[in-house]
This record gives sequence, structure tokens and C-alpha cells, in this order.
Amino acid sequence: MPKILMSGNDAIAEGALRAGCSFYAGYPITPQNELTAYMANNMQKRGGVFIQAEAEVAAINMVFGASAAGARSMTSSSSPGISLKQEGISYIAGAELPAVIVNIMRGGPGLGNIAPSQSDYFQATRSGGHGDYHCIVLAPASVQESYDLTYLAFNLADKYRAPAIILGDGMLGQMMEPLELKNQSPCLAGRQAKPKTKPWALTGCAGRKANVVKSFYLKEGDLEKLNLKLQKKYQEITAKEQRWEELFLDDARVVLVAYGSMARIARAAVKTLRGKGRRVGLVRPVSLWPFPKKAFARPKNKYLVVEMSYGQMLEDVQLALCGEAKIEFLGRSGGGVPSEEEIILKINKIYNG
Amino acid sequence: MTERIIIAGSGGQGIMLLGKVLAEGALLENKFVTWLPAYGPEVRGGAAHCMVTISDDEIGSAHIDQADSLIIMNQVSLDKFKGRLKNTGLMIVNSSLTKPDKNIKVNSGDFTDTAIGLGNIKVANIVALGCYLAVKKIVSPENILKVIRKMAPRDKPELLKANIEALKKGMEFKND
Repeated sequence: MPKILMSGNDAIAEGALRAGCSFYAGYPITPQNELTAYMANNMQKRGGVFIQAEAEVAAINMVFGASAAGARSMTSSSSPGISLKQEGISYIAGAELPAVIVNIMRGGPGLGNIAPSQSDYFQATRSGGHGDYHCIVLAPASVQESYDLTYLAFNLADKYRAPAIILGDGMLGQMMEPLELKNQSPCLAGRQAKPKTKPWALTGCAGRKANVVKSFYLKEGDLEKLNLKLQKKYQEITAKEQRWEELFLDDARVVLVAYGSMARIARAAVKTLRGKGRRVGLVRPVSLWPFPKKAFARPKNKYLVVEMSYGQMLEDVQLALCGEAKIEFLGRSGGGVPSEEEIILKINKIYNG
Repeated sequence: MTERIIIAGSGGQGIMLLGKVLAEGALLENKFVTWLPAYGPEVRGGAAHCMVTISDDEIGSAHIDQADSLIIMNQVSLDKFKGRLKNTGLMIVNSSLTKPDKNIKVNSGDFTDTAIGLGNIKVANIVALGCYLAVKKIVSPENILKVIRKMAPRDKPELLKANIEALKKGMEFKND
């Protein structure tokens, strides 16, 4: 299959369409506008529904409704817009519905700026809305992975009946890179869910018992029962769905930990340092929730966490290592991106310490 | 080999397209390539730039701090980006829209005037690309021609002709 040049935003949209996404609602915000535009151009041609909603809150609730009706549905936005969607995401999680939410992160807090950032990690991995829930969170580091992981996100969301988040950043969304549109099933958009595959969906109850989709449980004990069910599901996801990539761990004295765009720069630093005989390795979490604790099962001596934030994934690395290794941190935010040179400087400082 | 190129000019000069044509050419040669646009409130007449990295190996950051090459299409961009070139770097400058500067070594050509001579001011970007390709053997001109043929609208053969001419004229500027 020949490769084509595509941006991360476009690749996520195409990945969604090929995964059979038949409903998209969104509201414009930089740096993810190309995704919405791609859906506007292509969704209807492929038999699905595209809506430019009047606001982010409307978009997530449209996704809520479409998902309840059995459609593979998606919305996308960037940091401030994702904050607005949190109520809807909580409802979707509570109603045990699948949905894919894309956050192409930009600088915060507040309206912030449009530069790449990773400062929504806590929001994505710690249930950004109210209640004890989790979203599955996947973090692509290339245009190819933006495509592949979006496809996967739909499958995982359906499998576990849980919202899945694609957590990218402005650089990844905007940049173009070669992409192989792998031989995946052509678009199935527009088809309603078959009761066989989604027996819980609201597809019209003629001839069967009516389905109920809700997150409201007033009767004593009922909500606790739902929560226990959710927790069991989250335990299963935590056991089965940890994903990561590792590089040169065998003999590493210092292990870099980074995800998304940041991991690309960390990998470049690892390669440069290896060329100079420095024993440096890399762990790149691909799933951020569940966090790939398994990648830290045999702790190395020293870790360096690098983020476009002031230390959010850092806490998960600390929890995974439980005090069994020395952990250093390098982070910038608000549009600052740690460079390969900064990483190398930091490693040289801590390498022999 | 890793070549990091910043292309800068004014919105409407085809800065993004220049970068895309180069990136598509690199893709045809099975190289690793990234293209990163400036994605702020860019407008026609305002500043515009994009960053292209071409490599034999995986590319880390798509953002370029210090470039191996600059392709500069107007004065504002020259002032803004001249400090972003490595010491040994290559500077391609559109002399139609910049003042000569004895302090910096450049490969220049009157890209905009050449494009006007070809009957279409819009192809100045491809004249500049030709000039770059003649100096830096990063992507073969044949593959760039393939990209141009693929991208050109079918119903406007005169546009394709102007772009091919522009590339050829640009390659004649080699003055290093």
C-alpha cells in the first residue's frame, strides 16, 4: 500500500471513518479544525451524519444520543472545548455508552494559546467530569498512530461500552507525515447498529423488551451497584489494555518516559545519546489510562520523565515505581516544548549521579 | 542525512504549498518527512511560514529551531528568520522583494519578477523551489515534477505548464 502525506487531524478523521464512525458532531477550535473540516467534507459522502453544533456542550450531548441509538459516534475539540464537554462525558460513562472524544491539546489554563501542550493529562486520565469513572485514553505519537489508534479507540469503546479519548497535541494534529491507510474494512458509515452487536441500543423496541439508557439511579443501592459494575469493568481494562513501546531497556542506566509528540523528541535524544555510548532507554506509554504499569515492573536505576506540562504523567510514573527508583523530571508548558538539546543536557547532568 | 528547512514569506505567496510539494517529493523517494505549518491567525498579506524536515531516519520534532536551509520570499520573513539558520546553512532569498544585505551570504534570484515574466505571479514559490533544488540535492527535480503534475488541476493545463516552466527557470538561478 503506497503511503500518502496527511496531517494528524486528517488521519484521525479518516481512521474514524474507516472504523465505521457514522456520526460526528463538533464545534471549531484551533488546533483541531482540520479534523472537523475533514468530517464536514467526507462524512455525508460516506453515508454518515455530520453536524457543526452550536457549542461544545451541544456536540457532546449529540454524541451521547447517537451512541445510545447504536451509532459509532465521535466528537473532537481542543483543551478549552474539552473542558466544556466534561459533563457529557460523565453522562456517557455513567450510561455505559461507547464514544470517541478527541482532544488536540493546546496551551492552558483558560483560553491559553494554540501552541502544543500536554497539560490536560490529569483531566483525561482522572475522570475529568464528576463521578467515579474512567475513559480509555490513547496517545498517538505519529500521524500513522493517530490513524491506527483512532481505529482501535472505536473498537475498545464498543468492547467495554466506555468513552475513549484520543489525546494528541497541536503539533501532532497540524503536522503532515507519510501515512499508510492499512487494509482495513471500508467505511460502514450510515448503518444502524444491529441488535446482535449492540443489544442495549435504542433501535426501536417493536417485538422486544424496551431498552433503557440512563445514568440516573435514585433507588437506594442502585447507583452503588452501577459503580461496582463500572469498577469491575475498569479492573478488566487495566489488566488487559495496557499499551506501551520500549526502547533499549536492557542495559539502560537512565530511562526516559514520554508520550505523544514529546516521545518523538525523547526518542531522538535517546538515539543521539546512544551514538555517544550513553546507556539510555525509553518507555513510551501509548495507553495513558490504563497507565502501562507493567512497563515499570522491573525498575531500572533512574528515570527521567519529560512532558509538555509541569509534571502530570510524572505522578503515574511515581505510582508505578512506588519509590523503587530515582525519578527526575523535565517539563515546560504554555507552548514551551522541551528540545532534544535540553533533554540531552538534563541526562548528562543526572547520568552519573 | 537530515535536512531541516524553514520556508517563509507572505500569506498568499504559496508558502504552505511550496513546503507540501517538497514534502510530497521526499515521500516519493521513501524518505522520512514531516511538514509543519504556522497555524495561528494567518491571513493573506500577513506572515506565513512552514517547516519541512526530510531524513533517512525517524524524525523527532517537526518543529525547527535551527534550520539547514531557509527559503525566504519577502523582507519581513528575512528579518524574522535570518537568525534561525545554522552557520553552514543555505539561504535562498527572493531578491524581488528583499533589500540586498552584504552581511549574509545568500543564493538569491528575482523569483517574483521571474514569475511575472512567465505570466503568473503565483508561481514565484515554484521558482524558489527550483533554485533550492539546484543547490541542495535532497529530492530529485524529476520527482518534484511528478508531484506538480499530480497536484495540478486537470482542467487548467496552462497552470501546469507555468509551474513546470517556473521550476526550470528556478533551477537556472544556481549561483553558489
